[in-house]
Amino acid sequence: MSKLTVVEGSYAVAHAAKVCRPDVIPAYPITPQTHIVEELSKFAANGEIGACEYITVESEFSAISALIGACAAGARTYSATTSQGLALMHEVLFNASGMRLPLVMTVANRAMSAPLSIWNDHQDSIAQRDTGWIQLYAEDPQEAADMTPQVYKICEDNKIMLPAMACFDGFILTHVYEPVVLLEQDLTDEFLPPFAPEHILDPSNPKTFGAFADPGVYSEFRYMQELGMSAALKKIETVADEFNEIYGRYYGGLIDGYYLDDAEIVLVAMGSVIGTIKDVLDELRAEGKKVGLLKIRSFRPFPTDAIRNAVKNAAIIVPLDKSISIGKYEGALCTEIKASLYNTKIDIPVLGYMFGHGGRDIPPERIKKIVSEAEKAIVNGITIESSYVDLREELL
Amino acid sequence: MSSKLCIGGIVEPGSTVINKTGSWRTFKPIYQKEKCIKCGICELSCPENCIIKTEDGYYEIDYDYCKGCGICSNECPRETIEMVLEEK
Repeated sequence: MSKLTVVEGSYAVAHAAKVCRPDVIPAYPITPQTHIVEELSKFAANGEIGACEYITVESEFSAISALIGACAAGARTYSATTSQGLALMHEVLFNASGMRLPLVMTVANRAMSAPLSIWNDHQDSIAQRDTGWIQLYAEDPQEAADMTPQVYKICEDNKIMLPAMACFDGFILTHVYEPVVLLEQDLTDEFLPPFAPEHILDPSNPKTFGAFADPGVYSEFRYMQELGMSAALKKIETVADEFNEIYGRYYGGLIDGYYLDDAEIVLVAMGSVIGTIKDVLDELRAEGKKVGLLKIRSFRPFPTDAIRNAVKNAAIIVPLDKSISIGKYEGALCTEIKASLYNTKIDIPVLGYMFGHGGRDIPPERIKKIVSEAEKAIVNGITIESSYVDLREELL
Repeated sequence: MSSKLCIGGIVEPGSTVINKTGSWRTFKPIYQKEKCIKCGICELSCPENCIIKTEDGYYEIDYDYCKGCGICSNECPRETIEMVLEEK
């Protein structure tokens, strides 16, 4: 039995990054991610990450640029960011994926300004959806820590070679103290082979990365990125199994289910709210309500086939989003789930709810309210396809 | 080098030897040897090294890579280089 230690979520993730033996960590602090890079700076200063070069850069734009240079030169890299920091990286995120550099970055999910908010939702990483990065979402600090070597193993595969964001909820998970198994160095060395890219920047064997592509070849480079994402669909599953074999912990591959097999109402969610939903489902199942949970672990690549298979017997599907596309009035999960079901024989109503934006609490009662609304919609049909479930009408 | 595309747009040096960028040209420089005084300003001003000195001291244009910027034509003191709309 592995030893449990009570640590902050950020420490668990920083420790996980350490045992992956990164060569270069360009770091810039931003709430609520700061504790991760602070812990790593202590590890580096104490000589606990071998010859790792810890670079204090002057912005997130510099951090991601340094990540690209280091990774192209053959280094395993790590950094962490959130919200405005991730947005500042936006332009360079495309370069990382386009150059097929398997950067690993933890995103401590936080709302976007304005209005200024330092609290959790998923708008920051969802806004980077089309940058060509793999995006996995963790439900608790243990999964966030365990996800770190998993994403290295996924994105460094020579059929994939894409950067990855390991996302976990800011404050709710970064700042919570929980019993966690800190990843063992010997097991991690067994699980994660050294980074051995096919192409590296080397003055004695010069190459250009991300060279000019005229209209005759541009689409083919994009298509090859798509092939990398397709390969990741399989790899995410096998890596989760391999992790389970070595460490004895499993959180699902692309997706995971809770009371899913016979569920009439299927809630779909990502991140820390999964824990709340599981508790509520235990209660509702005791009352005989056939409610289940589809946890989305991989948002990119989007597991279309796995989702179709998981929900095909439901009476109603209820995506729950911590993001909003303003002008469509629905969250990313809602949009993507509906798109996944079109052009199939699956004809199940989809009732979307947004909640928990800008760090608003999601108490169990809110989940119960959503389930009772879904029960009504099964009988009466859907009147509003997507809405905020926790809107404070009295302030409007 | 493989003829198939390499992921990440990764190329080895000298790839522009293969990619003949002359196809970008809209106006083609036409060199008129009879007007030339061999001053060499065109050769010095070409940003692509596409004006090449011949053995007799005159010049010729490398149309494989000349993008038709027209700097040579603009700089020539004797109007030796005429820019003509490319026919493709």
